[in-house]
Amino acid sequence: MEVREIMFAAFALVIIVFSVLTVTSRRILRAAVSLLFVLIATAGLYFLLNYQFLAAVQLTLYAGGIVVLIIFSILLTSQISQKFEPIEWKKALFSALAAIAGAIVVITTILQHTFAADTAAAMEVNMHVIGKSLLGTGADGYVLPFEVISVLLVAAMIGAIVIAKKGSPFKEEEKNK
Amino acid sequence: MNSGIPLEYYLIVATIMFFIGVYGFLTRRNLITILMSTELILNSVNINFLAFNRFLFPGKLDGHFFGLFVIAVAASEAAVAIAIIINIYRRFTSINVENVNELKY
Repeated sequence: MEVREIMFAAFALVIIVFSVLTVTSRRILRAAVSLLFVLIATAGLYFLLNYQFLAAVQLTLYAGGIVVLIIFSILLTSQISQKFEPIEWKKALFSALAAIAGAIVVITTILQHTFAADTAAAMEVNMHVIGKSLLGTGADGYVLPFEVISVLLVAAMIGAIVIAKKGSPFKEEEKNK
Repeated sequence: MNSGIPLEYYLIVATIMFFIGVYGFLTRRNLITILMSTELILNSVNINFLAFNRFLFPGKLDGHFFGLFVIAVAASEAAVAIAIIINIYRRFTSINVENVNELKY
């Protein structure tokens, strides 16, 4: 029990510190690496909640896939040795005010609301249950969103290829100018 | 199983992460860093889904699968967004939002 609390505190600390670094770091590659740490700590929180499958998905897809994609696009589009110019203090101040005000409102709401914790027996989330649910058509089946997400992934893949491939219509326009 | 840590702690961590993402979204000027702020926001919402599922509805898996689908949507969103960013870079040779000020040629 003690260990769980310490782990939670560590993950929460990592998440908050590296989130701040992600949005304030003036070197873009450092921001991306901070994002990687945030995502890994989030996977740790999922492990604490006993969702091993989703934690594994988080590690492979987010920390492995999206961060690599982001780092690749950084290498393609930016000079990594270059620092961002500092933000004007006015913009930083008002954005921080908006964010802090929103956070205060939400946190006070969370603390005032009493959540009715369910004491039903916790369901074991193993691969068997996940597979049955993902392809089930019954009350606990998710086959429709599963198929919709497959179509979405194919559409996104084709869209990304069409948009990013060379010889797009913009190029032709450039030559004509 | 989930003894020790109350639900509120998870929610507070997710809230702080969400609003840090909002701050980054408002202040950043580079398209890729804006995309990273969006990922922070999506991720914090995912923590909420899973915490609610584990603490309030432990007999069901709705939040778990919603989180799974959110991750899939985030992945496809990142792929398309990065394709668009690369295309913008090719056209404007910069990915600062100030320089990208024409929608149509």
